[in-house]
Amino acid sequence: MCLAVPGRVLDIEDRDGTRMATVDFGGVVKEVCLEYLPDLRVGEYAIVHVGFALQRLDEESARQTLELFAELGLLQEEFGDPWETAASAAGADPAEEVHNR
Amino acid sequence: MKYIDEFQDPELARRLLDDIHATVTRPWALMEVCGGQTHSIIRHGIDQLLPPEVELIHGPGCPVCVTPLEVIDKALEIASRPGVIFCSFGDMLRVPGTGRDLFQVRGEGGDVRVVYSPLDALRIARQNPDREVVFFGIGFETTAPPNAMTVHQARKLGIQNFSMLVSHVRVPPAIEAIMSSPSCRVQGFLAAGHVCSVMGVEEYPELAERFRVPIVVTGFEPLDILEGVRRAVRQLERGEHTVDNAYARAVRPEGNPAARAMLEDVFEVTDRPWRGIGVIPDSGWRLSPKYRDHDAEHRFSVGGIRTEEPAECRSGEVLQGLLKPHECEAFGTLCTPRTPLGATMVSSEGACAAYYLYRRLDVPAAAAREASPVV
Repeated sequence: MCLAVPGRVLDIEDRDGTRMATVDFGGVVKEVCLEYLPDLRVGEYAIVHVGFALQRLDEESARQTLELFAELGLLQEEFGDPWETAASAAGADPAEEVHNR
Repeated sequence: MKYIDEFQDPELARRLLDDIHATVTRPWALMEVCGGQTHSIIRHGIDQLLPPEVELIHGPGCPVCVTPLEVIDKALEIASRPGVIFCSFGDMLRVPGTGRDLFQVRGEGGDVRVVYSPLDALRIARQNPDREVVFFGIGFETTAPPNAMTVHQARKLGIQNFSMLVSHVRVPPAIEAIMSSPSCRVQGFLAAGHVCSVMGVEEYPELAERFRVPIVVTGFEPLDILEGVRRAVRQLERGEHTVDNAYARAVRPEGNPAARAMLEDVFEVTDRPWRGIGVIPDSGWRLSPKYRDHDAEHRFSVGGIRTEEPAECRSGEVLQGLLKPHECEAFGTLCTPRTPLGATMVSSEGACAAYYLYRRLDVPAAAAREASPVV
């Protein structure tokens, strides 16, 4: 029940003095309370839990994180021990083995 | 979907795994605090892809699992009363109290309803002014703000027939209790990402310093968990113990200030028993005196119910990371999701249920033969 999932704001309206949004979760659309993120805008993503938007998802930060992951190992390939790299390419790396199961 | 698919990418996962393999030189035991993370780890087999030196211990962060038996018994008592509509998140229905559960109360004629959001329960209260509507408010710091807002709205709108049975729990005191246990093996923590989305990270530096453990705020997708492990292992190998945020796209250092202010207004800190663990000082929230009119414990006079935890279930050891689910002799035989001995087998986020769902074929054949067939 702690599950909180990212969703995209489709539209926003004021209902009985409460700021509410319709939010799209990959095709499933639900009503979400925006009282804790009053400046969230249409088109933005937020982490939603039991009908409440709890935190804005920062697109720039997501992009940076994925870029960091993509760069991992590149330095190792460039400057690393060539014997280790060769052994890895030959399938001796345990991570490689598991990955290919 | 955006922000989910990208963080399940197998090629990037391989890079993270390679980096962890290259970094680790000796055994390390990390605890993932949140039950959602446990579920993701077992579902994706992340523990089996990590180097053998890195052990993941499954922490107490499943709110359903740690809700004390005594609170379940209070819920059952209130839900059985005529004139009450008892609303709950779905995963509380099958959690065994003493002798029965909410599902059975419903079978016996109780009006028990499953809601997606606490606001749904408030709407039911407005639609049924002649009935008492009670919401079962459990959960960690992630769920507390929605519940707090709902009580706040009930008070503001003057909805007199709405009350909440509150049993909220907080992560930092649980980390403190785990680290203070003489049998503790944990050397680093993957902190619960969505708890920190609300609370920020300010509560953790003191714990990291005092117990000399790295605390890495971690998300829920496979790449998030691998990155949390990678950063924790890197710190451990260097002899460091700081708070690090590996889930920056959803966690700001200050958390969500509006939600924190609401928590401060609606709740007050209290000692709270955790199922299978016992009382942890200052580890919970209850409604503050200002909201006493909406406190179901007070309204239905169930504050006096006291229940002893049964000894047969070893979930307390599982919740403290002292026992893996499949190492329990009842796992998959006496104890299954259909006949749970304890909450860790009931809740979809419980460690025992996750092992039963994804790992029970790995347990010895004899145990598997006796296990109930899955429908």
